Amino acid sequence: MRWRSGALLVAGLVLGGCGSAAGDAPPGVAEGGPAGPGDPGMTGTLTVLAAASLTDVFADLEEQLEAANPQLEVRFSFAGSSTLAAQVLQGAPADVLATADEAQMARVADAGQVADPAVFAENPLVLVVPAGNPAGIDLPAGGDGVPGLADLLPADLTLAVCAPEVPCGAAAEEVLAASRTPAAPDTYEDDVRAVLTKVVLGEVDAGLVYRSDVRAAGDDVRAFDFRESSAAVNRYPIGVLEGAGNPVAAQAFVDLVRSAEGQQALADAGFSPPS
Amino acid sequence: MSRTRETTRVPAPLLLPAALAVAFLVLPLVGLLVRTPWSELGAQLAAPGVGEALRLSLVSATLATGLSLLLGVPLAWVLARSRARGRSVLRALVTVPLVLPPVVGGVALFLVFGRQGIVGSWLDDTFGVTLPFTTAAVVIAETFVAMPFLVISVEGALRAADGRFEDVAATLGAGRWTTFRRVTLPLVAPGIAAGAVLCWARALGEFGATITFAGNFPGTTQTMPLAVYLALQRDPDAAIVLSVVLLAVSLATLLLLRDRWLGRAAA
Repeated sequence: MRWRSGALLVAGLVLGGCGSAAGDAPPGVAEGGPAGPGDPGMTGTLTVLAAASLTDVFADLEEQLEAANPQLEVRFSFAGSSTLAAQVLQGAPADVLATADEAQMARVADAGQVADPAVFAENPLVLVVPAGNPAGIDLPAGGDGVPGLADLLPADLTLAVCAPEVPCGAAAEEVLAASRTPAAPDTYEDDVRAVLTKVVLGEVDAGLVYRSDVRAAGDDVRAFDFRESSAAVNRYPIGVLEGAGNPVAAQAFVDLVRSAEGQQALADAGFSPPS
Repeated sequence: MSRTRETTRVPAPLLLPAALAVAFLVLPLVGLLVRTPWSELGAQLAAPGVGEALRLSLVSATLATGLSLLLGVPLAWVLARSRARGRSVLRALVTVPLVLPPVVGGVALFLVFGRQGIVGSWLDDTFGVTLPFTTAAVVIAETFVAMPFLVISVEGALRAADGRFEDVAATLGAGRWTTFRRVTLPLVAPGIAAGAVLCWARALGEFGATITFAGNFPGTTQTMPLAVYLALQRDPDAAIVLSVVLLAVSLATLLLLRDRWLGRAAA
């Protein structure tokens, strides 16, 4: 992941150099405030490809955008970021791409399919356990501050994480390595919601998911922050695709996500603002 | 299953749609072969986990087919021959896995065989056995999805089989079990073989129910389709190589079995 971030930084610099500076604009100050919902002229269909972890927030934003633009129909395709990147590279017709890590967005940017993607949120990993907590995972007695993963996880539990091929799995691999816990994953899921499903169903004792997923699961899971999560925070970039059939609405959606309103919705869902 | 063996000329109106069907079904395969990075083939094949995934796929698909034969042939007989009421409802019910999205099937399997499931929690409490994330779970998921293919094939064969042979056997004093074993089974053997091949092929390609119910762990539950899907996330070339390997192995097996089973039965 380290070298990937490095490569990404280079890619970002190159992109930033030849494009406009929009990619570096701080969130919440998109020109003209929340341009999206106020714009009466938007019609047609807007297709947004978004990481699975954005499902609930983007559905909220969709309602806002459609309420302000009755002629506009917003369609989403939620999937793992690498699937989405592959779909765009294979020519899937879409207007906006929002991924859960910069590496996947860089694949699309390198192919010239998206210009100036901007990071709009961050999402650290948390440990979740089912409501029943079959493995009895709890904060270590007498500990102060945020515990380490090794303090939380017994060695013989059933643990679900994402596969290393997808962003949440790359992050999970890093935090597990950093924590030196003896606990080992029992299954490598294809996306973060699959991990969450297995935790909610109580089929695993614990799973590593994004903090935003915890809100989505409500009372079905209990979440623990852990020290090592800062070792691998996923950064979410969003951008209008070069082949967008509805570039006006696409830009409006991106602006909405980066506006104060969008950032509030993201914060409500458990995301952190970009640092 | 009597079949005329003399060559027949294809009626002209069938020719074009049949050719289109062949093109439609075969062209994606050609696409895969064209994109295959042949020079990397060796390296990709030697990559850790590939042999493991292939072996696991073959073993679990074969076990699932065995299980399907054991349970599916009797079920097909019940559907084809018994006069019990509610048979059509039963038939609709057992073919549900055909229309159910496999991922949903996987969740449904959790609710029954999972740690908290109806049967699974009992297994856990009584024997300390948990199925999810084991190779057994792979076999269960594959059987769930593939068995209906076998049942439908065998049921069709049973309906097409001439019932008079069974009647004769009965009048000659054979019991019902003997009639089934000595007359009915040999009569529908080609149908069973065809159904088993179909079932095996479907089990080999199973993805959704497997990754949901059995999870994905190299060596225990990561079958080839799972390996292909995950490779696609990082390295599409590797995914194509893995797909081609899976296709080659499955085609070779099917051709071989077809000649042995169906060839002999038709001769």
